[in-house]
Amino acid sequence: MSGAHPASVIELAGVSFSYGAGLVVEGVDLRVADGEFLGLVGPNAGGKSTLLKLILGLLEPQTGSVRVLGRLPRETRRSLGYVPQYPGFARDFPITAEQVVLMGRLGLGSAIGPYRRRDREAARRALAEVEAGDLGGRQIGTLSGGQLQRVLLARALVGEPRILLLDEPTANIDQRMEGEIFDLLRTLNERLTIVVVSHDVAFISAYVTRVACINRTLVCHRTDAIDGAVIQALYGEPVRMVSHAHGHVH
Amino acid sequence: MAEFFQALASQPFLQTALIAGLLASLGCGVAGTFVVVKRITFLAGGIAHSVLGGMGAALYYGLDPLAGALVAAVVSALLIGWVRLAWRTQEDTLIGALWAIGMAVGVLFIAKTPGYASDLMSYLFGNILLVSERDLWVMLGLDALLLLMVGLFFRQFLAVSFDEEHARLRGVPVALFYLLLLVLVAVTVVVLIQVVGLILVIALLTLPAAIAAHYVHSVGRMMLLATLLGSVFTTSGLALSYAPDLPAGPTMVLLAGAVYLASAVLSRALAGWRARRSLAASLVARMDGGSHG
Repeated sequence: MSGAHPASVIELAGVSFSYGAGLVVEGVDLRVADGEFLGLVGPNAGGKSTLLKLILGLLEPQTGSVRVLGRLPRETRRSLGYVPQYPGFARDFPITAEQVVLMGRLGLGSAIGPYRRRDREAARRALAEVEAGDLGGRQIGTLSGGQLQRVLLARALVGEPRILLLDEPTANIDQRMEGEIFDLLRTLNERLTIVVVSHDVAFISAYVTRVACINRTLVCHRTDAIDGAVIQALYGEPVRMVSHAHGHVH
Repeated sequence: MAEFFQALASQPFLQTALIAGLLASLGCGVAGTFVVVKRITFLAGGIAHSVLGGMGAALYYGLDPLAGALVAAVVSALLIGWVRLAWRTQEDTLIGALWAIGMAVGVLFIAKTPGYASDLMSYLFGNILLVSERDLWVMLGLDALLLLMVGLFFRQFLAVSFDEEHARLRGVPVALFYLLLLVLVAVTVVVLIQVVGLILVIALLTLPAAIAAHYVHSVGRMMLLATLLGSVFTTSGLALSYAPDLPAGPTMVLLAGAVYLASAVLSRALAGWRARRSLAASLVARMDGGSHG
């Protein structure tokens, strides 16, 4: 969106990571341009979620570098919205959907005292944007899988991020709902860069502007020399599926 | 009961005990709610029991046991918090070890302190009738500290209790607020020990909040209801124990335990009844819809 030279908002260079035994991610170079809708696909345990956590700065690469908006992930975290595959909370926690969304406002404004009116307004807007305006008062334990996913999306959006990262956002919901969520993401992509992890290439290729396949290492077209013309070409055209040598995704 | 209320009017030590119970209720309402929703009962138990080490050491060196308890509680909260943050895999074993080591240290110190063996029982099981006016002021100060910190940083404590990973992504210093929360639990434990002793602390810390969770569904309301329940348990425990000359702490805990068990059964029955009712309602709605369509 910055004219002739759209900057990369995410840059991974030679990134390798290991949880202890064996590399989960090896030598990954990946640049995500401003305004992209990137699908990160690959087999289970192929390192997709790990890659997201490296971008978020929840994990540190053993080698290589990760830059988000030109800085270390830790410094730009608040410009990222994240929808995890397995949220780290108990479903029976006594809290309403609106309170959960409000937590996405932490880190904006004063650290002391309660949420302000503009926080509450932002939470209501975010819930409305994901078509969950009527769920604000509901206990999170009473939400269906699809409803919870919308609330988590609202929590990611309410912090006014520039980049949205989603890890298998439709893993636990039915197919009709899956389409609705991705329609929503397509609309959000008009103002946000989106990276979505999925194991389902066939489904997401109808929505994303580019697919990157990861199975420990990256197998991906167009990782280098992303210039304005390429972005132009990628927009408004059906996405080209990346054909790759690994036969485990279909 | 009537005997208790007559005595309450004339006996200052009973009035002090009553106030101590009410001050303790505030702690069990506010800190206890976090302990219950964050599921750190075991950590709180570890903190409570290792307090004996500090009390014993204070007695042995002729210092104030209350000050010893406070120092020991804060140190063990930080130690246990650090174990949890740094050693996630062996967390429960390490906390269990600290729990036992703290008690062992305390028992040894008390055994080697001449003439104080009888105090051991009141540390372990509490003696609300021995609370002094100065203790009340300390309890009041600790309660005020608890309310101030929770009032200022409620959002952060809630975020850290709810979803640590998300809180970290929003730039909340998770380790700091986690340790601070444990320190507040430690402070509350010291307040509660005055009333029920360190072995029974965990009951008064968690049961009122756990009962509240059966009926209200926000952390703020849980705190209010748990505080209210806590004051009912401490006051009526004190009243019930007075005439038959029973120890007050165990009476309070037994009362809280009985209400908790009854409430668990009741709330389960209520949930089942609501589920059946909504099922019936949806069946009726479907039949109505069918007849019109």
